[in-house]
Amino acid sequence: MDDLIRVFADALRGALGPDAAAFAIAAVGLNLHFGFTGLLNFGHVAFMAVGAYTMAIVVDAGLPLWVGVPAGMLAAVVLGLLLGGTTLRLRADYLAITTIAVGEIIRIMIRSRALEDVTGGVFGIQGVAADFFALNPFSPGNYGIWRVTFSERQLWVMVVGWTIALLCTLLVWALMRAPWGRVIKAIHEDEDAARALGKNAILLKAQSLCIGGAIGALAGMLLALERSAVDPNQYLPQQTFFVWTVMILGGAATIKGAMAGAVMFWFIILFAEGLLREGISQGIIPDWLLTSQQMFAVRFVIVGAMLIGLMIWRPQGVFGRREEVMIGAR
Amino acid sequence: MHADDPNHPMAAVSPEPGIAKPDPILTVDAVSRSFGGLKAVDVDHLEVQRGLITSMIGPNGAGKTTFFNLLTGFDDADSGTWSIDGTRLDGKPPHVVARSGVVRTFQLTKALAKMSVFDNLMLGAAGQQGERLTHALFPFLWRKQEAEVKERAEELLDRFKLGHMRDEYAGTLSGGQRKLLEMARALMVRPEIILLDEPMAGVNPALVQSLLGHVTALRDEGLTVIFIEHDMDVVMGISDWVVCLAQGSIISEGLPRAVGSDPKVIDAYLGTHLAEEATPADAPDLAPESTAHPEEPTS
Ligand SMILES: Nc1ncnc2c1ncn2[C@@H]1O[C@H](COP(=O)(O)OP(=O)(O)OP(=O)(O)O)[C@@H](O)[C@H]1O
Ligand SMILES: [Mg+2]
Repeated sequence: MDDLIRVFADALRGALGPDAAAFAIAAVGLNLHFGFTGLLNFGHVAFMAVGAYTMAIVVDAGLPLWVGVPAGMLAAVVLGLLLGGTTLRLRADYLAITTIAVGEIIRIMIRSRALEDVTGGVFGIQGVAADFFALNPFSPGNYGIWRVTFSERQLWVMVVGWTIALLCTLLVWALMRAPWGRVIKAIHEDEDAARALGKNAILLKAQSLCIGGAIGALAGMLLALERSAVDPNQYLPQQTFFVWTVMILGGAATIKGAMAGAVMFWFIILFAEGLLREGISQGIIPDWLLTSQQMFAVRFVIVGAMLIGLMIWRPQGVFGRREEVMIGAR
Repeated sequence: MHADDPNHPMAAVSPEPGIAKPDPILTVDAVSRSFGGLKAVDVDHLEVQRGLITSMIGPNGAGKTTFFNLLTGFDDADSGTWSIDGTRLDGKPPHVVARSGVVRTFQLTKALAKMSVFDNLMLGAAGQQGERLTHALFPFLWRKQEAEVKERAEELLDRFKLGHMRDEYAGTLSGGQRKLLEMARALMVRPEIILLDEPMAGVNPALVQSLLGHVTALRDEGLTVIFIEHDMDVVMGISDWVVCLAQGSIISEGLPRAVGSDPKVIDAYLGTHLAEEATPADAPDLAPESTAHPEEPTS
């Protein structure tokens, strides 16, 4: 029983922790792309990587963090413009294909020998968070209640992370309730209808891509600050699909879905992983079924099962409205 | 004023394809568009008179929709120029065409199903400050305009008798109601020319009368209406001028009666029908005696 409580507490810690905050931010950006605008962005990790690396390079060059963060966002905007300029005129599927490719291209580029002087190649860049933790107002120690406690460093990343997540959520909310958001919804549903009414669909899609991308960049930066480092293996394609799962779980095209989705996502994953690990160590789960070395892959199985379950029983996510998903599906 | 009236502004215009109009708002020159080997549109010259209802008729596949697509920038012409009041519109993207005062509806209705009926209308208004990214975050920059747009949307909602559906998803509307919504939404743009692609198709006869009433009302308010229609009774009843397209070219234009009895037009319809091995009885009734008024349904 005590083991179960420990697993539960650990899962709760993770669900509130820095990673969850970063995925919440990333999902807010992706939600603007896909949930609201209908842009099929399967390479969100590219924005995260570009943001984190730009910040890391700027900070590594000796410039302060407050230069690094806007630089990272700016880099994501440039990436958005490049992607948008080439694909937004085409059918939606082309953006999907291009973003998958760009995500991988960026990762392969930053780990390449050729760019080692700038990006640190496979080793990445270390010590990028000195400025950030110098600002930490919390004195050393453990904070929290019951068994859910965090170190002062984690707490600082969490406070900053969830604040950014909240601010980004408010930004998207403010945009979507404005006439700008009305046009975005119209473009999502039928671009030609919007264009026939004089709306510059390509411009607004590009704006959405850039804003969502810049938000994604913030998520990447937060992950880098938490780990005090950037390295290419943080930007594998599966990150994009974790963000997608977070967004769908919370409810695409809902305002609060992304933040809630991130908390639920990490709780479910960590709780399930914890149970399995506990089961293995206590011999409840036999060796021939699952060994602790195989635990790494289990995460993907859980995410896959979660997505399938959602699609079957609750395609609108926890906070979505079923009618909106079903209209037009006839 | 009915098109049969001798004082009708078009009474003195001779019924020849490409004939000049006394006061053209839209002028089209040498527009062509081919799909592979098929010449879908090949129009030498067309002028559309300001403030009237001009109908485009022609058998299925004549190129009417393609012609609309070209004019509104939804498709790229192989060649040709067109302009409204001297402003060239060829090569312009759809949103620029719409902002220049030419707004269209679609043969397959494009009501935005996941938005409320009211939001569909609100979307239509042109030049909204709150649609600009730089303004969107500051409601005080667009709130006043939003209120004005809202007022106009409410008006149109009433006028098109959609008030009871105001807050429903547009996806819940019937086919005919969607046509009404699409027309009302186009009016939110405050266009000078409205292009309607088969606004009556699939609409129940009772609603057809109300739609026709709206179309004539638009003209009476000074809008120029160009509309594609297959129902000859409707065309004869409300058009001021009729243009007949066949295989992409204008084969006849003139007052409704003149076009209706033009042997070339009858040929075009019968020709395609015979080619499809249908009986001539399927051809539209083009005889002048069938020019029923829409206000007096014959049923
Ligand atoms: N995108 C396209 N690709 C290939 N052919 C096309 C395309 N659009 C139209 N066509 C062809 O061009 C011709 C004209 O089509 P269009 O839709 O303009 O006819 P229409 O006069 O509107 O007919 P209807 O009365 O049936 O609506 C048809 O033969 C059609 O098959
Ligand atoms: Mg057509």
